[in-house]
Amino acid sequence: MPKDTGIGASTKRREDVRFLTGKGRYTDDIDVRGQAHVVFLRSDVAHARIGGIDTSEAEAMPGVIRVFTGRDFEGVGGLPCGWQITDRHGQPMQEPAHPVLAQGKVRHVGDPIAAVVAETRQQARDAAEAIMPDLEELPAVIDMKAALAEDAPKVHDDLTSNLCYDWGFVEENKAATDEAFAEAAHVTTLELVNNRLIANPMEPRVAVGDFNAATGDHTLYTTSQNPHVIRLLMGAFVLGIPEHKLRVVAPDVGGGFGTKIFHYAEEAFCTFAAKALGRPVKWTSSRSEAFMSDAHGRDHVTKIELALDAQNNFTALRTETYANMGAYLSTFAPSVPTWLHGTLMAGNYRTPLVYVNVKAVFTNTVPVDAYRGAGRPEATFQLERVIDLAARELGVDPIALRRQNFITEFPYQTPVAVEYDTGDYEGTMKVLEEKADLAGFAARRKESEAKGKMRGLGVNCYIEACGIAPSKLVGQLGARAGLYESATVRVNATGGITVMTGSHSHGQGHETSFAQVVADMIGLPEDMVEIEHGDTANTPMGMGTYGSRSLAVGGSAMVRATEKIVAKAKKIAAHLMEASEGDIELKDGTFTVAGTDKEVAWGDVTLAAYVPHNYPLEEIEPGLEETAFYDPNNFTYPAGAYACEVEVDPETGQVTVERFTAADDFGNVVNPMIVEGQVHGGLAQGIGQALLESCAYDEEGQLLSASYMDYAMPRAHDLPMFTVDSSSRTPCTHNPLGVKGCGEAGAIGSPPSVVNAVIDALHSGGHRVGHIDMPLTPARVWAAMNGAVPNMGAAQPAARTDATTEARSVGGPATRT
Amino acid sequence: MPQVSMTVNGRAVSGEVEGRTLLVEFLREGLRLTGTHVGCDTSQCGACAVHVDGKLVKACTAFAAELDGAEVTTIEGMAGADGSLSAVQQAFQDYHGLQCGFCTPGMVMAGAALLEENPRPSEADVRQYLEGNICRCTGYHNIVKAIMAASGQEVEPVAAE
Ligand code: FES
Ligand code: FES
Repeated sequence: MPKDTGIGASTKRREDVRFLTGKGRYTDDIDVRGQAHVVFLRSDVAHARIGGIDTSEAEAMPGVIRVFTGRDFEGVGGLPCGWQITDRHGQPMQEPAHPVLAQGKVRHVGDPIAAVVAETRQQARDAAEAIMPDLEELPAVIDMKAALAEDAPKVHDDLTSNLCYDWGFVEENKAATDEAFAEAAHVTTLELVNNRLIANPMEPRVAVGDFNAATGDHTLYTTSQNPHVIRLLMGAFVLGIPEHKLRVVAPDVGGGFGTKIFHYAEEAFCTFAAKALGRPVKWTSSRSEAFMSDAHGRDHVTKIELALDAQNNFTALRTETYANMGAYLSTFAPSVPTWLHGTLMAGNYRTPLVYVNVKAVFTNTVPVDAYRGAGRPEATFQLERVIDLAARELGVDPIALRRQNFITEFPYQTPVAVEYDTGDYEGTMKVLEEKADLAGFAARRKESEAKGKMRGLGVNCYIEACGIAPSKLVGQLGARAGLYESATVRVNATGGITVMTGSHSHGQGHETSFAQVVADMIGLPEDMVEIEHGDTANTPMGMGTYGSRSLAVGGSAMVRATEKIVAKAKKIAAHLMEASEGDIELKDGTFTVAGTDKEVAWGDVTLAAYVPHNYPLEEIEPGLEETAFYDPNNFTYPAGAYACEVEVDPETGQVTVERFTAADDFGNVVNPMIVEGQVHGGLAQGIGQALLESCAYDEEGQLLSASYMDYAMPRAHDLPMFTVDSSSRTPCTHNPLGVKGCGEAGAIGSPPSVVNAVIDALHSGGHRVGHIDMPLTPARVWAAMNGAVPNMGAAQPAARTDATTEARSVGGPATRT
Repeated sequence: MPQVSMTVNGRAVSGEVEGRTLLVEFLREGLRLTGTHVGCDTSQCGACAVHVDGKLVKACTAFAAELDGAEVTTIEGMAGADGSLSAVQQAFQDYHGLQCGFCTPGMVMAGAALLEENPRPSEADVRQYLEGNICRCTGYHNIVKAIMAASGQEVEPVAAE
C-alpha cells in the first residue's frame, strides 16, 4: 500500500489549485495604487564610453515623470558581490564596481544606461526610444583567452587586467599531481567547452518598489529565490536602508533555476525611485530584456587530463579552466567555477590526486552566475567525458572502468577538501543497468540500424554537493554570508499550524512537502499545516532556495523548530494529565501517558497554551511558537548514474533521444511525485544544454541568441518520456531528515551521457570522433562525421584562441580517436 | 481610442483600448484577469494562450481592438461554476503537470483545445500539439501524461513509496 500521508506520500500539491485556475499571485500581478512604470534604455553595443546622455526630448514626452541616468546614482553603492576568492598567490580577486545605472562606460549589450519613469509602460517605452546617448564605441573583448592578452582592451579601466583571479586547488597538490602524470601508464587529454546558457525561467523578472513617506518604510516586490538576501544586499550595500525599514516580498515566482538568486540593478532602481518620486515604481522585464540582463550560466573552456596506471586505476586528474565572469561580478559568480566546481572534481572516484586551475575572466558580455547545478555540471561534464574517452582509448568498457574506480568506503575524504558522508555508487549503477535495460541495448541498436540510423549508448555517474552550506566552512572559502536556514513554527490556539520558512518555493512544491513533514512529526492531517514563505515581514531570516538546499537545510530548521514545539507541548500535556513529562508520548496527534489509558488531544494542549487557566505558568511561558536556525555541518552528496540512448541520422546529423534513464540516490524522500518531477525538469535542461541551447555572441559582442527564435529552448517534441528511479537510498548522516536534495541532479547528470551516447553512435557508424562541443546540433554532428567545419553563424563567447580548437568550439573539426 | 466589447468567460465586457493594445494586455490590465501570462515578446512561449471563438490563440498575437464581438475563454473560465476543476485541470494536479505554474494556464488551454480537436491523442500527437508552449520546469513528461490521462487513456501512475 503506498503511503497516503506524511513523509513518503505522493501528496498532491496544494499550490496547484491556484495555479490551475489563474489565481496565482506573481509579481507582475501586483499593482500598487498610484504606481508609475519604468523602462530601461539598454546599451546596444558591447563596450563604449558614455559621452553624454541627452534626455531632454524624452523628458518632454507625454506621461514622462522623470528620466534617471548613472549620475543620479553617484551617491549610492554599487551592486555587491557575495563571495571573495583568494587566488593562487594569496591575492584577493579583482572586484570591479557595478553601478545601478552605467557610469562612464557601458560594458555589455543590455547594460542599463538610463531609466524612464512614466505614467504607463507604453509611455515609458516610447520615451526611452527618444533618449540619445552619446556612445563612443570601444573595442570589445568577448573571447576569454583574447581578453587575457597583454594588449587586450580592458573591461574595467581601473583594474590591472581582465583577469578576475587565477585560482589553484589544491595548490599544495600541484607538484605531486604533476609527478603522478609523469609516471602514468596512460594519460587521456580532452579540451571542451561548457556552453553558455540562459536560464530562462518562464516568468520574466519583475520589481515593484513602494515607499511610505510617513513611516519611512520601503517595500520591494520582486521575483526572487531569496527575498531576505535581497533585503540584506540592497539595504546594506546599495541603498543604505536598515533591514527593519525594508520589506522584500517574493510572492509566487515562476521558476528561478539560479538566475533569480542574485541582486539586480532593477530591484535597487525601483526601490530608490519610489522614494525619489513619491510614487510606487514597477518594472516588468520583457523576454528580450531578460536575455541581455538576467545572469547567464556556465561558459567554461577546460582542458582536462586523466592519468591512469597500468591496471586502469585513476592516479591523478589535472584541469585548466577559463571561466567567463561577464562584464561585472554577479552575486555568487566567483564561487561557481571555484568552490562549487573544484570541490567536485573527484566525482565518484578514488582519484588520489587532483589539481584544478581556474582563471576567471572579465569580458564584454552579460554577467555569468549560478544556473541549475552551478559549477557541478561543469565538473561532472569534464570528468565523465574524459573517463569515457579514456575507456575508448584503452579499449575497455566505460562502465567497468568507472566501477573499478568507484569510492566504496564512507565517509570518504576527497583530495579536494570535502568529505562524502555516505553513498553507494555500485548500488546505484546496478539500479541503472536494470531500469535502463542495458542488456537489451544491442538488440535496440540492431533495430535502429535496420531503419538506417546509428544508435549509441552513453552512461555517466555524477555527484553533487548540495544542502548549501556549512557557514563556518564557506566563510573560510570566501563567502560573505552564512548559509544556514531558519523556520518559525506557530501553533495556533485551535491546533492549526503556520510554518514560516526562510526557504522559497518557486516550483518546488514546499507548501505541500514541508507540510507533510510537520504533520508527520505530530501525527496530524496535512491540511492542519500551512507553509508561508517569501515575505521578510513574516518569516525569520532566510537564505532562500538554491543549491538543492531547501529540504536539507530549510526543512531541517523546520524539524528543529517542530521538535521544540513537541517538547513544550509534552510539558503542557504532562501538566494536564498530572503525569511526569518523561512518560508522555505523542502519536497521531494524541498525547498519552505510557502504561496508562490517560490521553489528551493535540487541540486541548494547544488551547491550554493560549488559554492558560490550568497551566504550569511558573515553569513555562504561555503560547506555542518556536524558531530554529539550522546550520548544516557538511554538504549533502546526492549521486547517481544516468543512461542515454540516442539515434543519429547519418544523412543529417540529427540526434534524437530515444531513451533516458536516471538512477539517483537522494537519501530519504518526502514526496516521491515531486522528486520525480524535479528530476524530469533537470533532465530537460541538461538535454537542452547537450543538444539545443547555446548563448552566442559575435565578435563585436552582439548577443545573437536574444530571443526564443534564436535560443533553442527544449520543447515537448524534443524529449522522450524519462525513466526515473530514486529507490537507491543512503540517507544523509548529518541532517535530521536524512535527505540530500534533488533539484539539480537532472541538470548536472545528463549532459555527459547525451554526448557519450552520440559519440558512441558515431563510432558504431565508423566515425572515429573523439569529442564534439555542446550543443550537438545537426550541423556540428554532421560536420564531425564528415570532417568539415560547419558555418554556425556565430562564435561562442568562450571560443578558444588557437586555430584548431577555436574551429572546434564553433562546432568544427572534432577531435579524433 | 477604439471601444471594444467582447464576451470573456461568459461575461460581457467592454473597454477603451489603444490600437496597439494586445489582447493579453486587455485581459491582464484592463480586466485584471491575471491568470493569462506573458512569457515572451516574440509569440513563442504560449504562456498567454486563450481560446477565442473556440480556437487556441496566443493572446500576445492579437490586438484587442480587432476582437470586437469575440467569445474569449481564459484560464479563469475553465473550472466549473462550483469551483470544480475541468478534466484537464484535474489531470494536471493528479499527474503533477505543473511546478512553478507560470506556463500552466497556456498548457491547460492548449491541452483542452487539443482534446477538443482530437479526443484520443497519442503521445506524439500531444508533444506535437504543444510545439508552441514552453515549460522550463517539468521537462514536459508529466504535462504529456496529464493530457493523455484527461483524454481517458491509461497512463503510468505517479511515483509512490
Ligand atoms: S507571451 Fe504570448 S507566446 Fe509568449
Ligand atoms: S511549470 Fe514552470 S514553466 Fe511550466
